[in-house]
Amino acid sequence: MLARFRGFAQAGATLMSNIHLPNFFRGEIYRGAGKAVCVPGLNCYSCPGAAASCPIGALQATIGSSHFRFAYYITGILILFGVLLGRFICGFLCPFGWFQELAHKLPTKKLSTRRLKPLRYAKYAVLLALVLLLPALLTNDLGMGSPYFCKYLCPQGVLEGALPLALANSGIRAALGSLFSLKLAVLLAVIIASVVFFRPFCKWICPLGALYALFNKVSLLRLQVDPLRCVSCGRCAKVCKMDVDVTTAPNHSECIRCGMCIGACPNEAIRFRYGFGAKGVDATRQCDETSI
Amino acid sequence: MVVEKKACTQAILLAAGGLSIVLGILRGEMAEVLAKAIKICLECVGIG
Repeated sequence: MLARFRGFAQAGATLMSNIHLPNFFRGEIYRGAGKAVCVPGLNCYSCPGAAASCPIGALQATIGSSHFRFAYYITGILILFGVLLGRFICGFLCPFGWFQELAHKLPTKKLSTRRLKPLRYAKYAVLLALVLLLPALLTNDLGMGSPYFCKYLCPQGVLEGALPLALANSGIRAALGSLFSLKLAVLLAVIIASVVFFRPFCKWICPLGALYALFNKVSLLRLQVDPLRCVSCGRCAKVCKMDVDVTTAPNHSECIRCGMCIGACPNEAIRFRYGFGAKGVDATRQCDETSI
Repeated sequence: MVVEKKACTQAILLAAGGLSIVLGILRGEMAEVLAKAIKICLECVGIG
């Protein structure tokens, strides 16, 4: 049921994350107290409409500041998001995830990413190197580090920040240079990849997805497979665009809780569960035994 | 037992997250986040 309205949820989350719509015409950003907190998804805080901060941008800003070397505040927020929702955030609440899915709807030949599974680990390297280590270690004379992920890799900064700001603000338009060109190339590459692959940025690059992936196994929101209903037909694994077999790993780190498997199951054996200690893996083991 | 252990882990993580937020606010990190976010991030848009 929840999965049926996923598109609306994604659109709503994108709108709520960027609710200051008049700023798109003014070519300026919102500067209120709401920016002291973070949205759960990847949403650039330099987007004219952004209502709150980007968690990855804020994490790098704190780590790279001259005052702090560890970001307790943002880490705490990310732990809460991760434990309360896990990668449901990727599937339902992330504006850039939604953008990639829209690009994927373009009617072209689609390619599977099943043989590219090792690339999943690249996003953990991005998290470790560009978000956590480099901003803390590569600092200038004032002890400040750059937000390396935002600066060189994040396509959301161009999509939500640079492009709308440059369209409405001639000063910003005039200041764009080679770094913008590099980032625009990254954005175009992600868009092209998104047309043929399902959410390539989420699978291989996104450091926020990597963080939430670490919490998927302990998240309060879980998928549960009913062993008495599962007939091991394999439809759930076949339909999963994140290349997860929910019957063997219902809370796999790559599962974005999109609910496609729930809709594909002929026996309604898969369902969402929310709460402390909700079962999942144990039920799956029984499922396999039952099918044998 | 497995379920209880998982529930315990979840509760500990939630508590740790909450404490971490409070500690961060007390250290002035919230103000740092706000100060960064209310200015256009030059690195994000590809200027700086």
